[in-house]
Amino acid sequence: MTLPNSFRVAWEGVMLNKLRSFLTTLGIIIGVAAVIIMLAVSAGAEAAIEDQISGLGANLIMVTPFRSFGGVRGGPGGGGPGSITTFTYDEVLFLSQNLNNVSGVSLEQSTTQTVKGGVSTLNSVSIVGVTADFLEVRDYEVGAGRFFTHAENDATQRVAVLGAGIAEDLFNDADPIGQQVRIGSSRFTVIGVMAEQGVVGATDNDGRIYIPASVVFKKFGGTGFGGDRVRMILVKAEDGDALEVVMDQITALLAGRRQIDPNEPNFGVRTQQDIVDARASTTAAFRSLLAWVAAVSLVVGGIGIMNIMLVSVTERTREIGLRQALGARPRDVQRQFLLEAVMLSLVGGLAGLVFGVAGSFIFGELGGMRTELVPLSLPLAFGASAAVGIFFGYYPATQAAQLDPIEALRRE
Amino acid sequence: MSEFVIEIHRMTKTYGEGDIAVHALIELDLQVERGDFVAIMGPSGSGKSTLMNIIGCLDRATSGLYILDGEDVSQMNRDQLASVRNRKVGFVFQSYNLLPRLSARKNVMLPMMYNGFQNWSEEQRSDRAAELLELVGLGDRLHHLPTELSGGQQQRVAIARALINDPSLILADEPTGNLDTRSSAEIMAIFHRLHQQGATIVMVTHEPDRALEAQRTVNVLDGRVVSPESEMERLVVS
Ligand SMILES: Nc1ncnc2c1ncn2[C@@H]1O[C@H](COP(=O)(O)OP(=O)(O)O)[C@@H](O)[C@H]1O
Ligand SMILES: [Mg+2]
Repeated sequence: MTLPNSFRVAWEGVMLNKLRSFLTTLGIIIGVAAVIIMLAVSAGAEAAIEDQISGLGANLIMVTPFRSFGGVRGGPGGGGPGSITTFTYDEVLFLSQNLNNVSGVSLEQSTTQTVKGGVSTLNSVSIVGVTADFLEVRDYEVGAGRFFTHAENDATQRVAVLGAGIAEDLFNDADPIGQQVRIGSSRFTVIGVMAEQGVVGATDNDGRIYIPASVVFKKFGGTGFGGDRVRMILVKAEDGDALEVVMDQITALLAGRRQIDPNEPNFGVRTQQDIVDARASTTAAFRSLLAWVAAVSLVVGGIGIMNIMLVSVTERTREIGLRQALGARPRDVQRQFLLEAVMLSLVGGLAGLVFGVAGSFIFGELGGMRTELVPLSLPLAFGASAAVGIFFGYYPATQAAQLDPIEALRRE
Repeated sequence: MSEFVIEIHRMTKTYGEGDIAVHALIELDLQVERGDFVAIMGPSGSGKSTLMNIIGCLDRATSGLYILDGEDVSQMNRDQLASVRNRKVGFVFQSYNLLPRLSARKNVMLPMMYNGFQNWSEEQRSDRAAELLELVGLGDRLHHLPTELSGGQQQRVAIARALINDPSLILADEPTGNLDTRSSAEIMAIFHRLHQQGATIVMVTHEPDRALEAQRTVNVLDGRVVSPESEMERLVVS
């Protein structure tokens, strides 16, 4: 029998009982769709994290309370047991003065305030206290005017650098440099405007105002800035080769100042790469879990197909006998039923593909989570469903091929 | 080409082994010439169906020689037998055995799916099926499903199907067993016409009237061919 003929006969078999075929393929549809959606969700989450982290810039070292990048533990560095082992502004200054091979040390202490300036008042503006090294550390640029200097920071000068969006909102087309803005109840002089950045990830960098960290900690005493404690210190190494050395220096300096064993620090020093790697290993674990779930659902779908094919062979025994009498060889019969099983699983795979892709978009749009279709998952899921069809269709098809034509014809 | 379509020599068919062995055919001899129309008769359990199954290459004899249309099929494997059935045998069953979801024409085309007609276009095959349905008087029923046809009409579709590959032999196991007198007469008329056109037909029947319509009758009893008087009768007539 020619292949097109075999396909047509198999397709007729599938269409013989549409509802049953649909229910049978449902297992495969759900399995394939689940694989694609889950992979898209995990890839989306991964991409979001990666964006956030790589947004921090290259050669960056993060000094965080203990090893926490989520759970935070208490320790002697940050007060009594049970409190958070954050850093003091003095520790930031200490590192800044004593570290070698670095191009900058900064911190980002933020809060939201009402801002008045020019003709407008803006609510809930993000105010970020940073050091003079901020631009260097973050690889940001000033669009007009200038950033504040170490001297201004040390002297707790009330100067402000506006995000591009804020500058436009407050002063329209007028030149904001030299103008006064009121942040909360304090007056600041605008000395610069940041270059326009657009929205990166979830944060609108153009909607922020940068002020000297010294002002935050000395003048405001940290009120409204999450306490007088620094939650993270950012250090930028001169280049990639200096990363290790700088990390060792940070550990030694901070441990020395806190008078603790540098081998058991109560803070964490890590690079952006460490975080990416840590995330990658959790994602890998997540992925392999998904792979198992997917495999199980496909196997369940496959068992459904095998079951229905066995029923079909029994129901159509007489047809098989007739076809044999008319000249079908055992392999013709086998091919017919094998193709039928494969078609069931491929139709399921195709429908699952459509639902998976649609589902990924719907999750992304309505579910509020970022999803990213993994292109490889499409041929993979489809191929897997075909393999399931062949694997689980083989036994029923072989049963059909081995039927004795006389026996089969006698069956009702 | 050989003058015999069927040459069976000392054929034995035994079901089972030892104590439970059933000897369905015992050293049976049978020759059927090309263009012959043979009725096989015999009481129930005498071995008619067993014989027909072996003649139709659906089954193999336990021992003995069987040459079908010049080919020794005694030692063939399943694939070879399937090919022989397809090329040389046209089956007409008592219960028609049409596929219920296929139209009359598609049912007739079924055997072409398994053979060397691959170089025929779908249209050519379809035309050939229509021709044959015309021949059995169903030219206006091409697209009917089996359920939309009477028993007699279904059996005529089955005859058209049996003819589609130009078989050397038409095998009919009680083809009128399920039919009323009128439909039976129609079926027999078709067989007669085919016979006149040179077809070789072997038909099992338990109705003596039908058997008399054949060119000759072979009686089977307990797995053997008996009573040569019909042979003599044939000689006298011809
Ligand atoms: N598959 C089988 N297994 C065992 N015995 C069988 C089988 N088929 C037929 N027989 C036996 O062989 C004998 C001949 O049967 P069969 O050819 O069907 O007779 P008929 O068609 O003349 O009624 C009977 O005794 C029957 O019981
Ligand atoms: Mg019988």
